[in-house]
Amino acid sequence: MYLTEHASDLDVLEAEGIEIIREAAASFRKPVMLYSIGKDSSVMLHLARKAFYPAKLPFPLLHIDTGWKFREMILHRDATVKQLGLDLIVRTNTEAAANGINPFDHAASVYTQVMKTEALKSALDEFSFDAAFGGARRDEEKSRAKERIFSIRNARHGWDPKSQRPELWNLFNPALAPGQTMRVFPLSNWTEVDIWSYIAREKINVVPLYFAKPRPVVERNGQLLMVDDHRFRLLSNETPKLRSVRFRTLGCYPLTAAIESTASTLEAIISEMAHSRLSERQGRLIDHDDTAAMEKKKREGYF
Amino acid sequence: MNDMRLQESRSLLRVFTCGSVDDGKSTLIGRLLFDTDNVPDDQRTALLWDSKRYGTNGTEVDYALLVDGLEAEREQGITIDVAYRFVATRRRKFIIADTPGHEQYTRNMATGASNAEVAVLLIDATQGLQPQTRRHAAIADLLGIRTIVLAINKIDLICYSQSRFMEIASMFHDFAAKFHFSSITPIPLSARHGDNVVWRSANMPWYDGPTILEHLESIEPERAEVGPFRLPVQWVNRPDASFRGYAGTIASGTVRPGDSVVISGSGRVTKVARIVAADGDRNTARAGDAVTLTIADAIDISRGDVIASSDSRPEVADQFAADLIWMDAADLLPGRPYLFRIGTATVSGVVSRIKHKLDIDHLEHLAADRLSLNEIGAVNVALASPVSFDPYEANRRMGAFIVIDRVTNTTAGAGMIRFPLRRANNIHRQAVTIRSTDRVARNRHRPAILWFTGLSGAGKSTIANLLEARLHAAGAHTYLLDGDNIRHGLNRDLGFTDADRVENIRRVAEVAKLFADAGLIVLVSFISPFRAERQMARELVEPGIFHEVFVDTPIEVCRSRDPKGLYRKADAGQIRNFTGIDSAYESPEDPEFWLRTVDSAPEALVDSLYGELAPAIGLEDSP
Repeated sequence: MYLTEHASDLDVLEAEGIEIIREAAASFRKPVMLYSIGKDSSVMLHLARKAFYPAKLPFPLLHIDTGWKFREMILHRDATVKQLGLDLIVRTNTEAAANGINPFDHAASVYTQVMKTEALKSALDEFSFDAAFGGARRDEEKSRAKERIFSIRNARHGWDPKSQRPELWNLFNPALAPGQTMRVFPLSNWTEVDIWSYIAREKINVVPLYFAKPRPVVERNGQLLMVDDHRFRLLSNETPKLRSVRFRTLGCYPLTAAIESTASTLEAIISEMAHSRLSERQGRLIDHDDTAAMEKKKREGYF
Repeated sequence: MNDMRLQESRSLLRVFTCGSVDDGKSTLIGRLLFDTDNVPDDQRTALLWDSKRYGTNGTEVDYALLVDGLEAEREQGITIDVAYRFVATRRRKFIIADTPGHEQYTRNMATGASNAEVAVLLIDATQGLQPQTRRHAAIADLLGIRTIVLAINKIDLICYSQSRFMEIASMFHDFAAKFHFSSITPIPLSARHGDNVVWRSANMPWYDGPTILEHLESIEPERAEVGPFRLPVQWVNRPDASFRGYAGTIASGTVRPGDSVVISGSGRVTKVARIVAADGDRNTARAGDAVTLTIADAIDISRGDVIASSDSRPEVADQFAADLIWMDAADLLPGRPYLFRIGTATVSGVVSRIKHKLDIDHLEHLAADRLSLNEIGAVNVALASPVSFDPYEANRRMGAFIVIDRVTNTTAGAGMIRFPLRRANNIHRQAVTIRSTDRVARNRHRPAILWFTGLSGAGKSTIANLLEARLHAAGAHTYLLDGDNIRHGLNRDLGFTDADRVENIRRVAEVAKLFADAGLIVLVSFISPFRAERQMARELVEPGIFHEVFVDTPIEVCRSRDPKGLYRKADAGQIRNFTGIDSAYESPEDPEFWLRTVDSAPEALVDSLYGELAPAIGLEDSP
């Protein structure tokens, strides 16, 4: 006998993600899962827990904390770690932080390179992880559409888009030369819509910032910036106003803009997205340098 | 159209697109994204801006720019590599692999086709069937694609001509009769103007068939759950002594607790106990599901094994026939060892024979002693140990494999298993009474293989001779295999091409293994220029037996010594494929013994070599 009903697209994506995570866990000496606290990381973590149930995750999580994450993100991170009994490593580029590198005085590109990319590279080197899971999706950005699921990095963690290995069937090639490492992307074939539908289906907890509520914001260059703590530098003509906003994507707080919204439930978010006319990374100020910004950052080792 | 849904579910279809360079693949995909509202406003704005800067359509919107991702591509106006796009409608999510039509097309097409259920094959209506069209159809067929959508594009440029459309469709049908396609659906369209992509065209009243999107939404995906149960074990889940689960993705069939299964390889039969999941045990699972099973009996199962239906078992063999697509700049050489990944198993092996290569333009068979980049061959594969598989046409996941270069780590080839070869199965190894441990006791030393590698004239034979005399004097049982001598006998049929050098070393390694098994200390003095073959020789024997001895002499020194006058001849062009001159020598990276001949006399080198070797093999000087 055989079943008559087709698997849904979410079932297929879930199974694919689990298979990729298991494959990397079996293939690499010392993998780690990058955990950025956002919705994609939350889905990836959920898949990993399913993949190894009833065992615990056979690898730790790594969070690169720039020191400029929204407070609610850190609360969510710590609560998740405690609730699920996770092994979390947190690393910050303390030297740069002590030298005063911050997202107000420094260009977004410099700040990102130093506090995110460099901090990530040094954390990977410190523990000699040979593979790192990331929650990146191919639909996020054009250069990501061509990235492999098992994507190789040179000893300096750089990506060379022109010398990628062919990737056929479900047969991934995990072989590494000395110094090379692998990035593994279990959510490659997911879209933003899939992520939210899955979060709703699986009842996954996410950071409350994704849901609309009145928050103190200023409007700057057409972007709504939330004033998260006293470090936010107001311009002379700015006064924070309470407006009903939410975030589609979460990063460092002065570099991630909110959107005006009243969507305070998953159902409302999903309905709002159906009518949204803007792409997800539109609120990410670091991508705006030029059209090829992401490709450049990835060549330099950005996740 | 890109509706969100919470309760209702839609299906997923994997599609790939192919066609010649200017047939308009990227434009078609861009158009599909655009007309299904899968392009957000800010990206639409960027598109208008990019169209002015990079566009190839003058003042019109260039939809191809939505999908040409990398900076280099936008500048050159071509698609370099396989890209994945997502189109979502109410009924279905599509994962579209966009494969470029120019250089590297075989490699990229095979990549795109490997996971796809449907091929959208573009044809430029102004050009008709091209050689590229034939190639693409042949590769799609080889990769097991059975459903073809024939997108006859640029129909606007031939004034929406029905007769021309019918002519092209009928030519393709005739040409494709030799393949195994089960459905070919021709659709007339203009990707640039959007006719019959998402919206029905008013320009072709004679056409009453579906648009591309309508057709893709209605295709029934393949049903792998119909086949016999197969679970390649990916991961053994063992959190503590009380639980042992086997995790993997079901390659075909369905499974329920209580089903009788065989552990392919060992042949042990047991029953499925549970299908374990985080949200409670399941009572059934099917092809495509990522599951964790437990079984009724304590049987040793590891990654690479296959749990299969006990009344319909997979093949288990160490040799099989396959079609192989070569994807590496370095040629495939028969006899050279590679890693083969099949299912969740990784084993070393060789292509033992190239039966022929495929001339993809004329679909003819050509004789070949190697496969180059983007060539396709029918080959026999021999593995170091048996694996479980099904023929590719019965089950892609059970019959596909990739070939990994052991030195560069690249994914060098992709293959489809056609059928097992029974040769090895019918020759059972003879059990013997006297074993190697008995011989060690008699000989008073352990066996060893000393593999001397280095350039011609480096001093390998001189040093090997001296060492053998020293070992002999100490009462050891030795034998020296010398490259030149072997080439006069066992290997007299081999020349000096890369392919023959690989076979030369393979035979010598097998002979050395037999002699070592007989308890001897075997000294092998061969240039053996390639790392991969030396690695293969090492892996033929138990760890600790093989010792690589790198006789390190710079080529200038070898040339000036030139004991056999060979460098003089090679420099004069009288010998071809001479190692170090027009054929590569790959130095050992981590040899057991590294002899630098410019610093020391051969006698001194042999002294120190002997001094380290003797205790390592338990040899004591005879009184």
